Amino acid sequence: MATAMQPLTQRSRQVSNKKMTFMERIYLPAILKGMAITLKHFFFVKAATVKYPEQKRPFSAIYRGLHVLKRDDQGRERCTACGLCAVACPAEAITMVSAERKKGEEKMYREEKYASVYEINMLRCIFCGDCEDACPKEAIFLTDRLVPSDYTRNPFVYGKEWLVEPLDPALRVDVSKRQTPEVLKFKGQKQYSHNR
Amino acid sequence: MILTTLIFLSVLLLVTLGVAAYETYGERKVAAFMQDRVGPDRAGPFGILQPIADGVKMFMKEDFVPATANKRLYFLGPAIAMTTALLTGCVIPWGGTMVIGDFTLNFQAADPEIGILYVFAMVSIGVYGIMLGGWASNNKFALYGAIRAASQMVSYELAMGLSIVALIIGTGTLSLSGIVSGQLDGWWNIAAQPLGFLLFLVCAFAETNRAPFDLPECETELVGGYHTEFSSMKLGFYLFAEYVNMFISSAVISTLYFGGYDIPFVDQAGLTGFWITVLGTGMLFAKIIFFIFFFMWIRWTLPRFRYDQLMNLGWKTLIPLAILNILITGLWNFRTELLALF
Repeated sequence: MATAMQPLTQRSRQVSNKKMTFMERIYLPAILKGMAITLKHFFFVKAATVKYPEQKRPFSAIYRGLHVLKRDDQGRERCTACGLCAVACPAEAITMVSAERKKGEEKMYREEKYASVYEINMLRCIFCGDCEDACPKEAIFLTDRLVPSDYTRNPFVYGKEWLVEPLDPALRVDVSKRQTPEVLKFKGQKQYSHNR
Repeated sequence: MILTTLIFLSVLLLVTLGVAAYETYGERKVAAFMQDRVGPDRAGPFGILQPIADGVKMFMKEDFVPATANKRLYFLGPAIAMTTALLTGCVIPWGGTMVIGDFTLNFQAADPEIGILYVFAMVSIGVYGIMLGGWASNNKFALYGAIRAASQMVSYELAMGLSIVALIIGTGTLSLSGIVSGQLDGWWNIAAQPLGFLLFLVCAFAETNRAPFDLPECETELVGGYHTEFSSMKLGFYLFAEYVNMFISSAVISTLYFGGYDIPFVDQAGLTGFWITVLGTGMLFAKIIFFIFFFMWIRWTLPRFRYDQLMNLGWKTLIPLAILNILITGLWNFRTELLALF
């Protein structure tokens, strides 16, 4: 016994299949109306285009783009190759090889252990920012820079030479914009705030 | 005399190709503006070198021939499309007659008595380019496109021819220069033939395979239609032929219905014949450019017709209307003779 079908939402509309009137059937009034609309756009509506390389749209403060491996204020690499970012990474884009700091390298690496190899495969990376959240040393951040395009796959595996920020203080990558109150509140919940 | 004609034809060829090249640019710009975009703006200021970049790109592409294609017809298709598109230009009166000293230059390469029929003949042969290309590709999408092109041409050429018949009843001549000179002093033919003009315009859209009648090459259904398998300059020829056809169609519409190179009231301006000729040619090109814009305007306004709608419109609407138009025109033009019968 078929019952009347109940609509799941209130969005269904009765459609009418009525015969077109004469004015509708000769199409021309509707065509003229459409042409008036396109002509209005042709002359009066300004293009919405952003001419990219010259003109850039402002990114959100917490935009998640190309990663950076931060140095501390003395220019030492913060990363200790703990591997938490690699564990957190849902795309398994991060690999690293850890090494022990030798005598005389105290100026280069902040702690006894460091990453001798740190690679992110930008083709795998989904830019979720979990690595940033996972990092106990405030070492990896996503920035508002973009990963440039290329013709082959290999250049997309970014090693330390691309990821670690330059030593020169003037060339450091500014991630302070990302530290919005919400972000700091979230990070405050981390148990390992000893690093700050 | 032959030399002058040859030079004129060469200039005409160059102008046609130049206009067609810049139509591609214009099309992209018009489309962009109507869609609130900027359009090509990288090659040269405002992107005006874009057609050259496009041409270079077309030439550099791999010239691919499908293994199962009918080689000869595959080569013949684009050639026919391009050749016939270019051939129509030589009967159109591009201006009056220029007299410099004892040297006269007629702005019409050839003035056959049957000028308008010649244009029709060339346009009809043009469809062979599309059909042969689509058939020779040995690809079902291309074949569909070719079949659609053929049936569309058959349906709309009839209405087009009938709408011209009504015009010819009024003008009394098939020669294009005769049709223009008939409009020089009096009204333009659009005043006498508004319905005929509308029918001719609609059919011109269908004949040039332009939206909303671009079924032979609709991307959504047929990949690329008849030129699916074509690449490099063969594809370029097809696309170019379409733009040349658009240019020629605009010229024919201007000539038949909008006075050709006639500028209203120019004979009262007190200009010399030389300047009237120059300005007249400029005026014709202004009209042509308007109609080219109109073609693009329509293309970026209307969605494509469905195949059955296309056939309905052609056979059940346009052809009866064209016959009605002939009837009315005939009755009006021969009213004295008819009244004398009673």
